Amino acid sequence: MAMADQTNVKLLGMWASPFVRRVQWALSLKGVISYDYVEEDILNKSSLLLELNPVHQKVPVLIHDGKVICESLVILEYMDETWKGIPLLPHDPHGRAMARFWARFSDEKLEPNAWTAMCSEGEEKEGALKRAIEAASKIEEQLIKGRRFFGGDDIGYLDVAMGWVACWLPVWEEVGAMSIVDPARHPRITSWAGDFLSHPLIRTNLPPKDEMVDYFHGKRKRIMAH
Amino acid sequence: MAGEGRVTLHGTWASPYSKRVELALKVKGIEYEYVEEDLMNKSSLLLQYNPVHKKIPILVHNGKPIVESMVILEYIEETWSDGPRLLPEDPYERAKIRFWATFLHQQVFEVLVLVLKTDGEAQAKAMEQLHEKLKLLEEGIKGSFPGGSPAVNGENMGLLDIVVCSYFGPYKVHEEVLGLKYLDSEKYPLVTSWVKSLVQYPAVKESTPPHEKSVALVRYFREKALQSPAGVL
Repeated sequence: MAMADQTNVKLLGMWASPFVRRVQWALSLKGVISYDYVEEDILNKSSLLLELNPVHQKVPVLIHDGKVICESLVILEYMDETWKGIPLLPHDPHGRAMARFWARFSDEKLEPNAWTAMCSEGEEKEGALKRAIEAASKIEEQLIKGRRFFGGDDIGYLDVAMGWVACWLPVWEEVGAMSIVDPARHPRITSWAGDFLSHPLIRTNLPPKDEMVDYFHGKRKRIMAH
Repeated sequence: MAGEGRVTLHGTWASPYSKRVELALKVKGIEYEYVEEDLMNKSSLLLQYNPVHKKIPILVHNGKPIVESMVILEYIEETWSDGPRLLPEDPYERAKIRFWATFLHQQVFEVLVLVLKTDGEAQAKAMEQLHEKLKLLEEGIKGSFPGGSPAVNGENMGLLDIVVCSYFGPYKVHEEVLGLKYLDSEKYPLVTSWVKSLVQYPAVKESTPPHEKSVALVRYFREKALQSPAGVL
């Protein structure tokens, strides 16, 4: 297996961002062990970030040999095409389409609703919570019984894309005093989440839970103060 | 590996999402059956093929459905890998195209729709946002594709051309209904010339509905939206 080309890989990130962490998980899967990591202060964005991602002004931003790539799912595709090691996406076009579909679904239907439910109250919260639970239930229906991961026996693109559900969602549920993924209603997601978090490449690459709870309590407070 | 087997596209004539799949199929020279869906009266087949979103477009290949237009486009590119490319070979060039396609898909269209659905102050605000997006696109294209329009081998439309065309191709229809121009060739020379050259492609001309038909539909959509300020389409 050819050595992953690690020359000049830099990642602009933020420790509590689920989208940044998915890139870090993927880097780990690809065997890119040493890279420059720059922690961004989201409330005080660096001129580098604004220069490299003028359109969204967000992290993650991956810089590889001077090439700048933004948007976490675009970065994952770039990584899969650049570093040949462990494949992230499956080989067959249909499998790839399914993985891409569910990654987008998680980002478009589950994440924004979970976030809104955490940072709102009353009717707005109820509506967002309902939509988040519906989204989780659709994901539950799609998970295949008897397969540990979305990627099969080992983790892949969709596990990395959905990993925030295992790690961030429980924190948001606590901060928002709510339940979205429920072991009784979503046994497959619950079981997958446990397997994902204990995977050797993942378990050493998780943000500290207590700090996450504090951080998101703070964020929720700031958002709801407006 | 050339894709084999029956291809059916379930779509609607006025949907930009449906349009982009049509364009991709035409660029690739893929033979397909087209099924016009009635979104006010969704067929059981549509619901069966897309239980999650219950939307079009749906591409059915060898009996298996693929949904979400951007996912479908990538599937078409990977399955029919002979013939014209929708994406370049280089991973970085591909990343740039995906980035801009995502930007357009996630941010630009909803603002355009907002402009079409509103009037007065709300519309002025939406128009401002649309101009912001167009400005970002203009500058971004200049930076990302210094050689100009991302048509992959200079002849056929590529993925980003298809996405741009699906949203802005009908600009004349929008401008007629609005009584306003937004594709300003002085402010956005690159984007404007790009769109204008895209609508000249035979595949685009072939699949563009008659102007008056589109104007009537967009006008109807706008009027309905203006009548119900709270619960909009």
